[in-house]
Amino acid sequence: MWQFCLNPRLVTEAALSPPSLEWRDTAQGRCAAPTGNWTAAALADRGVASQLLQALAPAGGGPIAALPWDLSGLQRLDHVGAQLLWRQWGMQWPAQLQVDALQRQMLERVARLTLPPGRPRTEPSADGTRSAIDHLGVRVLKGLGHARDYVRMQGQLLLDFIQLLRAPRDAPWRDLSGHLYQMGATAMPITALVGFLIGVVLAYLMALQLRQFGAEAFIVNILGISLIRELGPLLAAILVAGRSGSAITAQIGVMRVTEELDAMRVMGIAHGFRLVMPRALGLAIAMPLISVWTTLASLAGGMLASDLALKVTPAFFMQALPAAVEASNLALATGKSVVFGILIALVGCHYGLGVKPNTESLGQGTTASVVTSITVVILVDALFAILFKDVGI
Amino acid sequence: MPSAMPALPVDAAPVVDIQGLWTVFGRGKSEVVIHRDLALQVRRGEVLTLVGGSGTGKTVLLRQMLGLEHPARGSVQVLGQPAAELGRHGASSRVGMLFQQGALFSAFSVLDNIAFALRELGTLPADVVTDAAYVKLQMVGLGPQHAHKRPSDLSGGMIKRVALARALIMDPPLLLLDEPTAGLDPHASDDFCDLLKDLHAELGLTVIMVTHDLDTLFALSTRVAVLASQKVLFTDTPRVVAGLDHPFIHDFFQGERGRRAMAPAPSQLPSTP
Repeated sequence: MWQFCLNPRLVTEAALSPPSLEWRDTAQGRCAAPTGNWTAAALADRGVASQLLQALAPAGGGPIAALPWDLSGLQRLDHVGAQLLWRQWGMQWPAQLQVDALQRQMLERVARLTLPPGRPRTEPSADGTRSAIDHLGVRVLKGLGHARDYVRMQGQLLLDFIQLLRAPRDAPWRDLSGHLYQMGATAMPITALVGFLIGVVLAYLMALQLRQFGAEAFIVNILGISLIRELGPLLAAILVAGRSGSAITAQIGVMRVTEELDAMRVMGIAHGFRLVMPRALGLAIAMPLISVWTTLASLAGGMLASDLALKVTPAFFMQALPAAVEASNLALATGKSVVFGILIALVGCHYGLGVKPNTESLGQGTTASVVTSITVVILVDALFAILFKDVGI
Repeated sequence: MPSAMPALPVDAAPVVDIQGLWTVFGRGKSEVVIHRDLALQVRRGEVLTLVGGSGTGKTVLLRQMLGLEHPARGSVQVLGQPAAELGRHGASSRVGMLFQQGALFSAFSVLDNIAFALRELGTLPADVVTDAAYVKLQMVGLGPQHAHKRPSDLSGGMIKRVALARALIMDPPLLLLDEPTAGLDPHASDDFCDLLKDLHAELGLTVIMVTHDLDTLFALSTRVAVLASQKVLFTDTPRVVAGLDHPFIHDFFQGERGRRAMAPAPSQLPSTP
């Protein structure tokens, strides 16, 4: 019967009362008597917790530990409750303590495992200036590391491509066709929509200017050159970088997190040949096609808008276009798109393979991949513009 | 070998009450029935072990109890509520789950992982939360020097321990364990059994676990439930279940390992010639 009374488990849920700290006057003097349900579950309630903490707060430390403590009124005690008591006692046993065996076991464990007050509990952090310089150095080294890995990856891609040409039967054709569909075919609706709208906007904008000079017919030249040579490939590349670049990084990154990359390596399957090359090849093929598709959509938009705003009929537009845009522009745009495609795939793979096995790194890798690939696309586009300034204009 | 835990006196209401549960994955032709009209009651203070062959839906049953899967038919009541309503504020003070792969938050340090649920409550001072997390970390047998590591820096066994510490942070009355000792070395498994026994005695925990480790099963379980043919075929004490005549039970308990786990430990090692 005695055991029954002391056993804290046998208090039913309904009979539990909130935790509190009472002071009782006995023949031996004042005595602290915590009562109720000292568990984390009870302390989950904000009101209950703040009330108890307020009752505890003025006490804390030395003189309290000298008082006798009587825990027989406790209904339940768990580790969090015991932690509060131990903290209240200033991390030492009170002079007089009335507990049952199970409570003592719990308190002893908490007493044994709580770190002594002197031990650092939080992560040590470096001081300001020095850590800032360290940080800068780390960033520079990281940047150099990225550049080195990226160059290495391009070299590896070349080697893999040579291997592909030597033994075309062993190549991952099935992967390639999957990537072509995923990165190419499924990108068609969005690129068409964006291209069309850009064509409309550009035509309306130009119409206002050209009408002032009575040079309506030149809308064909402006739209033709800017869309075919520059905006079509660039728009397509930026859309694909956001769409497929991030997907590549996320796919490969998740493979890192789930150790699939390691499993592949153990099977002797090279990441470069099996993961990077099909994606690079896929985008190298899909990118120019998507670029042409985007250009066509934007020309359609431009044609429609010029008909509405300037009364330049589609028939005239079609007729004037070949004269306004030299065929070399098409070759330039296609060549550019191939380069964009390879760059996007390589940036995506680079960041994907660099992901560390945790979710944070996966998120950072994907963000960095999209930002870098869009930046790289625009940089390389500028480079093309300078290099080929005498071609086709 | 350690003897099974004494059965605790039990409350009237079961902690887990599953009635006529159907779990169905997929639709139409690809429909797969995992549980068919399954019933299971777990009373307070029990340590119930779920056993069954691979793919018999042991983990899915745990997920049903957590409200992570939805019953196609039937009901799952946990601590007197439908399981689907478990995941509300402060759920970790009611149920602790040790996932098979740990499921640690990879962006947090070990200590932050353990303290997470308690800290999210926002009702206790930060130093109490930190101290409580350190206590739990050491309770599962890891030193304070591991507190600031990332989950990606831990070994498989350490991940298990940290995950257990995280499940225990609020000393929940119901603890679900999915393969708690898989990947632990024998010594760590014994430590785990001892820890769980102590907690069971001190806190009156109800434990439901899935394990293939017969030593753990015999050391801890008050009852064993056998999952086969899409339902709970038998539930009884480990010794009774081990003696039943069923192909799965025969393979599971009466193999060489089973006999070894059930046999009393030899009092003395045989002397080597």
